[in-house]
Amino acid sequence: MRLDTILRVCTKLFLPFIWVFALYVQLHGDFGPGGGFQAGVIAAAGVILYAIVFGKSAATRIVPKWLVEAMVPLGVLLYAGVGVYSMLMGGNYLDYDVLFHSPPTHYEAVHGQHWGVFLVEIGVLITVTGTMITIFYAFAGRGRREDRN
Amino acid sequence: MVLLTLMALITLAIVRVRNLFAVVALTGAFSFLMASVMMVLDAVDVAMTEASVGAGISTVLMLGALYLTKSREAPPRFSQVIPVVVAVGVGAVLVYGSLELPGFGLADTPVNTHVGEAYIQRVMYDADIPNVVTAVLASYRGYDTLGETAVIFTAGIGVLLLLSRGRGEDSQADGGEEGGGDAS
Repeated sequence: MRLDTILRVCTKLFLPFIWVFALYVQLHGDFGPGGGFQAGVIAAAGVILYAIVFGKSAATRIVPKWLVEAMVPLGVLLYAGVGVYSMLMGGNYLDYDVLFHSPPTHYEAVHGQHWGVFLVEIGVLITVTGTMITIFYAFAGRGRREDRN
Repeated sequence: MVLLTLMALITLAIVRVRNLFAVVALTGAFSFLMASVMMVLDAVDVAMTEASVGAGISTVLMLGALYLTKSREAPPRFSQVIPVVVAVGVGAVLVYGSLELPGFGLADTPVNTHVGEAYIQRVMYDADIPNVVTAVLASYRGYDTLGETAVIFTAGIGVLLLLSRGRGEDSQADGGEEGGGDAS
């Protein structure tokens, strides 16, 4: 597949759109369908497409293995961290109302909700993207090794 | 109805076909039909997830798994009577259970009268997020979503533990490795 010009050119053409679409799904999740889970999968699908067409080693050059493996726990930590932070601010766990001011006025509560949802979705995005790419790398790497033996 | 009929046909085909490549392709098609059904039911978020996860990622992963194994299903070693009985029995119990369910989208069902309605009425005041699904997912039901994220985290860690044994030699081989994903 590495010699197939059409596939390679088309993949390069598509990739920016896939990733921008992932960002759109992520950041527009408050207003339209979508959110961290979907955006994470779309972003991971872009990387996986690149890995399929250009080979796993090319993909690990732009998205190294240690990075995706670090992303897996990082997203959960960010999510849980928002909860701990809201506790430190004097609210309940994952109570975004108090993220900026405690006790919040109505405006501050809404502001906190916006930021809370945003950060939490980013956390979901990081974990989902990391996990999907990690699983793919694990499968692809294993296939390679079995092949060689 | 057309979609559901197509899905039933594809399920039958998946059961019949022995070539696993065809089965993977058919499961992808099944997921797209499922996504279309979700679109028809106005559950756009679920449709999006189904299309990307069901038809996209899992197809790729199945193909990757297929690369590690044979591409034809082995003939069954035991009699298939008991599995058929179990499957039909479970299906019959599920259908029987669904007979008592209220009709789809009725306004006076428990789903639409308790918290669901409250969320829809309060979300713009509470959080000013027009997409109720996102607000419920990330804010009202933040704990559940934290749990879901933890599930995905666990899945990733589990796959890492199972599939990347001998990390040392693996990372050494990474440099010379060309196109592991090529054949998948």
